[in-house]
Amino acid sequence: MTGLQGMLSHPFMQNAFLAGTSVALLSGLVGFFVVLRGQVFAGDALSHVAYAGALAALAAGVDLRFGLFAATVAVGLALGFLGGRGAADDAVIGTTFAWVLGLGVFFLAYYTTHGSGSTVNGNANVTVLFGSIFGISTAAAITSAWIAAGLIVVLVVIARPLLFASIDPAVAAGRGVPVRILGPLFLAIVGATAGEASQAVGALLLLGLLAAPAAAARRLTDRPWAAFCLAGALAVAAMWAGLTLSFMVDALPPSFTIMAAAAAEYVVSAGVSVVRRRAIAPGPRSLQSAAGTWHP
Amino acid sequence: MSDHGLTWNVVDDIRQIFSYHFMVNALQAGTIVAVVAGAIGYFVVLRRQSFVGHTLAVVGFPGAAGATYLGISAVAGYFAVCIVGALIIAALPSAGRAGSGVGGSGEESAVIGTLQAFALACGFLFVSLYKGFLSGLNTLLFGTITGVADSQVAVLLIAGLVALALLVGLGRPLLFTSVDTDVAKARGVPVRWVSTGFLLLLGIAAAGTSQVTGSLLVFALLVAPAATAARLTARPALGVTLSIVIALVVTWLGEGIAFFSPYPIGFWVTTLAFGAFLLAATYRWSTDRFGVVGGFGNRVLERRPAGGAV
Repeated sequence: MTGLQGMLSHPFMQNAFLAGTSVALLSGLVGFFVVLRGQVFAGDALSHVAYAGALAALAAGVDLRFGLFAATVAVGLALGFLGGRGAADDAVIGTTFAWVLGLGVFFLAYYTTHGSGSTVNGNANVTVLFGSIFGISTAAAITSAWIAAGLIVVLVVIARPLLFASIDPAVAAGRGVPVRILGPLFLAIVGATAGEASQAVGALLLLGLLAAPAAAARRLTDRPWAAFCLAGALAVAAMWAGLTLSFMVDALPPSFTIMAAAAAEYVVSAGVSVVRRRAIAPGPRSLQSAAGTWHP
Repeated sequence: MSDHGLTWNVVDDIRQIFSYHFMVNALQAGTIVAVVAGAIGYFVVLRRQSFVGHTLAVVGFPGAAGATYLGISAVAGYFAVCIVGALIIAALPSAGRAGSGVGGSGEESAVIGTLQAFALACGFLFVSLYKGFLSGLNTLLFGTITGVADSQVAVLLIAGLVALALLVGLGRPLLFTSVDTDVAKARGVPVRWVSTGFLLLLGIAAAGTSQVTGSLLVFALLVAPAATAARLTARPALGVTLSIVIALVVTWLGEGIAFFSPYPIGFWVTTLAFGAFLLAATYRWSTDRFGVVGGFGNRVLERRPAGGAV
């Protein structure tokens, strides 16, 4: 275990832990609302946009992160304003976002043939797709932590009305909650989170960090605020476990270990909830959790 | 592919394409895949199961990457993992039913999302374990026209024929079940078996399509042509035919353009499919909006078949 003690003395591990912890906490907290509002597919869509945006920025010779955030936040806002509930069917969404990903491939090829990226192309592409948290610089880690902190503050400020609006939009609107603004604002936060998480675990895997801890937390508790905090904690735990495991076993890339830890959290908590449900005689409480709805 | 120039002589261009063995293979594979994906895709759209199709294709990626890592052919990896994945999804209580597309509860889609991310992470693990395979990553994810071997075409042909035979055998009960599950059940259609059989077909189609478009872009052939057809006609037979034709045109044009341009097939196929879909959606919108009589009929998802014979 000497390796473990020395782990945090490496600067690259310090950066990874700083960026990873902030990104994971943000993803877990945002993920709680994503799952609650049934917007996992929107999160999936935004991850495709993150890929296309990052490679478009590379092709245009701009900083990769600029493309990431500009694309994801803009599309998040657009989804929020245009897409009413159940407006588009899955075939439309799927076709559109396959094309967005296809555009990303186009920018990748353009970047390879025209840009400065002919030598580092393979790496840039893999970095955007699957992240490279061990390669993150100190400056980038600090920026990422500040952005995550800012987004978490915004999320906590809007959390109460957002919860109300997510559970019963009609009543919330009647009580004067600005439902029409909250929806797009939240999707903009999801977009920014997608941009943040792409740098850590990659555009293709950020969905796991959004969905798995939140789904696990919902399995473990019926109380919304407890689930909200638990989702954040579970995401951070998955990040730490993943980073540590990847540090100890050279062959395992961090993105894989983080996803494996997050998926394991869900499997374990699903098992726990099944055992618990068997132990308690069926009553109104377990019926309520089986229906998957909350009544605050 | 800048070493072959595009001329204004179309016949000459086509002769140029066919003078390369890899292009002949790519076109053969693309044709088989387009026919299967177009036909099965029609039912995917009808049953709103495109998210399941996407999941199966994504699961195929670690299958292919793992097979390559172990030194087995990637084709075997695609088919084995996609078929096993289809059977697992069929065993889940709700996922086999029609309509389990995007929606369902938040948790159901969260689980699917987690599964997809984990599958992709596993694929990435195999790719990084197998050093020097990194250039193959784009091929697995986004497709290629250069890497189709003769044996791969043979496997695709056999799988495609099996899938089409199954689809023909399953066709009428499948259509009935997809349009109205409850009535079909009441009439004695074995809904559960039909759904499982269809998921198996979907697994085969997703595995085949992945080999042309890559795991991430299967929507281009599996969903977009069928969604386009569904906006043009309400009649099932015509819809399936139209879907196959669109898939074929998209594949042939995509492979042809990719041959002459420096940009990969994944981009061209998704762009062409998306363009066709946009055109059909615009046409649909204008006939709905301005009430032009003489369109192809009502939207297929809102209509029930006449009669009810199985």
